[in-house]
Amino acid sequence: MTEATFQLPGSPASPALSPRPQEIRRTRLQSLWRLVRRQPLGAFGAVVLLIMFVAAIGAPYIAPYDPTVGDPSALYQPPSATYWLGTDAFGRDTLSRMIYGARISLAVGLGSSLIGVVIGAAVGIFAGYVGGWIDSIAQRIMDALLAFPMLLLAMAMATVLGSSLRNVIIALAMPIIPRAARIARASTLVLKDSAFIEASRAIGCSDLRIILRHILPNTFAPLLVIATAYLGLAIVQEAALDYLGAGIQEPQASWGLMMAGSATSLALVAPWIVIFPGLAICLVVLASNLLGDAIRDVLDPKLQRNLP
Amino acid sequence: MFEYVIQRLATGFVTLFGVAVIVFLVMRVIPGDAAVMLTGAGNGVVSESELEQVRRNLGLDQPLLVQFADWAGKVAVLDLGTSLRTGNPVIEDIARRFPYTLQIVVMAMLIAVFLGVPAGVLSARYAGAWGDRVLQAVTVIGLAAPSFWIGLLIILGLVTFFQWSAPLFWEPFWVSPLKSISQLFWPALAVGMRQLALIARMTRSIMNEVLGEDYIRTARAKGLSERRVVFHHGLRNALLPIVTLIGFEFAALFGGLIITEAVFSVPGLGQYVVASILNRDYPAAQGIVLILASIVVLGNLAIDLLYGFLDPRARVSQAPA
Repeated sequence: MTEATFQLPGSPASPALSPRPQEIRRTRLQSLWRLVRRQPLGAFGAVVLLIMFVAAIGAPYIAPYDPTVGDPSALYQPPSATYWLGTDAFGRDTLSRMIYGARISLAVGLGSSLIGVVIGAAVGIFAGYVGGWIDSIAQRIMDALLAFPMLLLAMAMATVLGSSLRNVIIALAMPIIPRAARIARASTLVLKDSAFIEASRAIGCSDLRIILRHILPNTFAPLLVIATAYLGLAIVQEAALDYLGAGIQEPQASWGLMMAGSATSLALVAPWIVIFPGLAICLVVLASNLLGDAIRDVLDPKLQRNLP
Repeated sequence: MFEYVIQRLATGFVTLFGVAVIVFLVMRVIPGDAAVMLTGAGNGVVSESELEQVRRNLGLDQPLLVQFADWAGKVAVLDLGTSLRTGNPVIEDIARRFPYTLQIVVMAMLIAVFLGVPAGVLSARYAGAWGDRVLQAVTVIGLAAPSFWIGLLIILGLVTFFQWSAPLFWEPFWVSPLKSISQLFWPALAVGMRQLALIARMTRSIMNEVLGEDYIRTARAKGLSERRVVFHHGLRNALLPIVTLIGFEFAALFGGLIITEAVFSVPGLGQYVVASILNRDYPAAQGIVLILASIVVLGNLAIDLLYGFLDPRARVSQAPA
C-alpha cells in the first residue's frame, strides 16, 4: 500500500497489472496529502523537524542578532518587539541563540542516533546471525553497557574525549549502541529461521549476501523507528550534558547551555531564559516521537510499539 | 524456581564484571590529567619528575591489567580508594549521600505508580472521554519534556508564587522524616514525572486490551461490581507488563535523577557523580559509576525475579533474552 502512495504520475506500472488503477494516477502531491491525512500527528512531527532543520541551516540569515555578542545596555530584557523572546545576562537575544542552538541539537540528534543505530545494528545483526559464543559475549557486553544510565555513560565519554561537538556526538552515540543492537539482534533471530533465508541459502547465497541483502533490509523498519525515537532522546541528553557543563561550552549557543545557571535566581529576574529553550526541546522531542510512531504505523502496522 | 534464581544471579554477576571493566577502561583514559589536577600543575611550577612521582604514588605507572586487578581486588572488599577531590574514602562519601538519593528514587517511584496506574486504569475504562483525552495529551508532553526542565519549571513556579528558596541544608530522613519528605518532594516530582507519564500510558494500553478479554465479559455477566471487574479481574492481569516496564525504566530513572539533583542541588549520589567526573577525580568517579550501574543491574535482577514470582509461566520459559 505504501509503495502505491509513492508512485510517480505516469509511472511504468501498467494499469492492467494493478488492482487499483486509480491509485497510480494520483500525483505525488496528492499521495503526500493522503499520507498527511492518515497520519496527521506524524505530519505535525515532520513539519516541526523541518522547521528546525531550516532554522539550523539558515541560522545566519534568520537570526535577528548575533548569538554570541550581547548588548550591554539590554541585560535581562523581557520579551518585546525588539527582542521577541527577551535577552539573557549578557544582553544576548534569546531567539537568536535558540536558532543557532538548533544547529547543535540537530547535529547531535541526527549524528548520534545515526552512528549509534548503525554500529548497534551491525553488532546486533552479526551477533544474532553468527550465534554461539560470539553472540553470548556480545550480549554480555551489550548488557553491561545497558546497565549505565544513558546520561552517565555519555557524560563519562564526553569528559574523557573532551567537550567538542564531535565528541559530544560520539559520547551520545555510545548508549544508543546496545539498545539498537538488542532490537537488531531480536529481528535477526526471527529472520534467520524463516523460510526465505533458508531458500536463499539453498540457492547458494553467501552469508555476507544473506546478511546484507536479505536480513538488513528486513530489520530496517524497527531500526528506523528507534532511530527517530533516539533522535529526540539524544537531543534531551545533549541539553543535559550542556547543562551540567560536560558538553558544548560558552559562548556557543546551545539549548542546554542556555538553561544552565541558577534557576532560583533567574526565576524572579528573567524566567524566559529558562522557559523558551526548554519549550523548544519539548517540541522537538514530541515531534520526533510522533514522527517515529507514524513511521512505524506506515512501515509495519504489526510492529509492536516500544513507546507506549 | 531455585534454578531460575541461580541462573539469573550468575548472569547478573557476569554483567557486573563487564560493567567494572567498562568503568575502568573509560575512566583510565583520564589519569594523565589526574596527576596534573592533584598537583595543580599546568602553570609550570610542578616539574615533570614530580608529576611522575605523583603518578607512581597513585599506581598509574603500572600496566593496565595490573591496575585493574589491583582495583577489582579492592572493590571486592568494598574499598573504593580515596577521593582526590574531597580527600575522604569514596565509600564514606557515597554512604553519606546515598540516603538522599534512595529517598528521591523511592518517592519518585511512589508518585509515578500511585498516580500513574490509577490514571491509566481510569483512562482505559473511560477511553475516549474528555478526561482520557486530556490525560493522553498531558502524558505525551510529559514524555517529551526533559526532567531537568521540569525541575527548573517547578523551581520557577515555587519561587514566583510561594517565595520558595532552595534549602541550604537538606534534612536527612532519620533526623526529621516529615521535613525531609517535604524538602525532597519537588525533586522527586521532577524525577517521577516521566515515569508517571510512561506508566499511565502503558497501563492504559494494556488495560484496554485486558478489558476486551472474554473473562472480563464473564465477570461482568456474573454481576460483579464494575470496580471489582476493573481492579480485580482487569488490573491484576495487566500488572505484569507494567512491572516489566518499571524494570526497563530503572536505568532511565537514574539518568533523570543525576541531573535533577544538580538542578535542585540535593547532596546525593547524582551530584557526587557529576562533580567527580567533571573534576577528573577518577577513584571517586570509578567507584560511584560502578555503584550506580550495579544498582541498575541489581534492580533489573530484582524485577526479573519478581516477574518469575508474579507469573508462573516465566519460570518455565527461562531462556535468557
